[in-house]
Amino acid sequence: MTGENKQQSSGLLGWVLFVLGFAGALFVGWIVFPQLLFSTKYQPINYNHSIHQEEAGLSCEDCHFFLEDGTFAGKPKLSTCVECHSEPQGETEDEAKLVSEYVEPEKQIPWISYSRQPDNVFFSHAAHVRMAEMECTDCHQDVSGQTKAPPVKINRLTGYPNGIIKMYVCENCHVRENVSNACDVCHH
Amino acid sequence: MSGNESGKIRYGMVIDLDKCTGCMTCAVACQQENNVPFREDETKKVRSITWLEVFYLDNGKPYPEHRKAYLPRPCLQCDADPHPPCTFVCPVNATQRDEETGLVAHIPVRCIGCRYCISACSYHARYFNWWDPKWPKAMEEMLTPDVSTRMRGVVEKCTFCVHRLQLAKDKAFVEGRQELEEGEYVPACVEACPAKAMYFGNLADSHSEVAKLAKSPEAFRLLEKLGTEPKVIYLSSQEWIHKLADNVV
Repeated sequence: MTGENKQQSSGLLGWVLFVLGFAGALFVGWIVFPQLLFSTKYQPINYNHSIHQEEAGLSCEDCHFFLEDGTFAGKPKLSTCVECHSEPQGETEDEAKLVSEYVEPEKQIPWISYSRQPDNVFFSHAAHVRMAEMECTDCHQDVSGQTKAPPVKINRLTGYPNGIIKMYVCENCHVRENVSNACDVCHH
Repeated sequence: MSGNESGKIRYGMVIDLDKCTGCMTCAVACQQENNVPFREDETKKVRSITWLEVFYLDNGKPYPEHRKAYLPRPCLQCDADPHPPCTFVCPVNATQRDEETGLVAHIPVRCIGCRYCISACSYHARYFNWWDPKWPKAMEEMLTPDVSTRMRGVVEKCTFCVHRLQLAKDKAFVEGRQELEEGEYVPACVEACPAKAMYFGNLADSHSEVAKLAKSPEAFRLLEKLGTEPKVIYLSSQEWIHKLADNVV
C-alpha cells in the first residue's frame, strides 16, 4: 500500500514540475525574450491621429501624399505641420512642444518609422496603391481614431522595427496576383 | 535579334564607336550614380571596380595606317536562351534575368561571393568587392540614395541603372500610365555622354531608335560567336574594329 502511494505522489510531483517548467519556458520565450530582443521607442511628439481627423477634418492623404515624381512622401516634413501650427491651436502639451521645439527653430521632427525596409529594398507605393489599389492598412497598422502615437518596437540585433513586411509576404502576394517576382522589381 | 524573345521589352544599348572620343564621362557618371567604391590606391587595376570600363583599341599598325578607338563596355545584359552564362552558374540565385525587361539583375545581399559568375562572364563585366567600401566623409553625403551600397565579399556589376527604371515606373503609375515612353528610362552613362555616342531603348520595339540602329550594316556585338546574345550593340565603320570584336587578329 505505502509503496503504491509513494509511486502516485512522485508521479504527481513529476507532473507539477513538468507543468511549472513548461509554463516557465513559455514565459521566457513569449514574454522575457521579446522584451530583451525589442527596445521600445516613443515618437518625439505624441501625434493624435483622431483629433486631426475629427476636429481638423483632415484625410489621410493630406499628410501622406504622393509627390509629382511618383515617390511617396511617407511621413510629412515640418512644412506640412506649419501650414496649421505656426502658432499653437489648442492647449495640449504635445502641441506646445511641437511649436517651441520644432516649428520655431525650423527643425524637422525626427519621426521614427514603423516600417523602415533595408537599403536594398525598393518598395513602390505608386504600384501598390495606385495600380493594384491596395489599402494602406493591408500593410500598415490602422491608426485612424487613435489618440496616441503607438510606441515603436525596434529589434536590437537588426535595428529594424518589429513587424516590417518580410520578403516571403511580398513574394506570395506577387505570385497570387500574377506579378513578376524578378529580383530587380524590388531590389536595387 | 535572335536569342530570347519571350518578353515584349528588351532594354538594350547601342554605342557608336565612331562618335566615341574616349572622354570617360560615361565611366565617371556610372561610378557616381551607382555608388561604385574605389580605394585610395587604385594602381592595381585588376582589383578596381569599373561597372563601365572604357577599353583602348588600336589596329597595331605604324603611321600612317595607325588607327585607334575607344570601346565603352557596360554589362552586356546577355540575352542567350535560356540563361546568360553568369546566371546559369550562380548557386544561390543571386543573379537572374528579368524576363519582362531583359535586364540581368545581381542582388549583392544574396551573393555569397563564390565568384563563379565572374569566371563565367565572357566580357569581364563582373567585379568582386575585396574590401568594404569606404568613402571620404564629404563624399558619403553624395551617395545616390536609390542604390544600396555593397559590402566586402560580394560581386557587383552594371545593372543598366535599374533603379532609374523603378523610379520612372513610379512616375508613370502616379500619372495613371502602365507603359513607359521612350526616353523616360535612360541609364546614367547614356545620359552623360557628351558626344551622343550612346543610345538606349527597347530593342524589341521595331520603331525604337536602338532597334533601327541595331539593324545597321555597321552594327556588331562583342564575341558574337560565343552565342551569348549581348544586348549592347556597337556601331563602327572600321573593318579592323569588327575583326577585333570577334577576336580575329
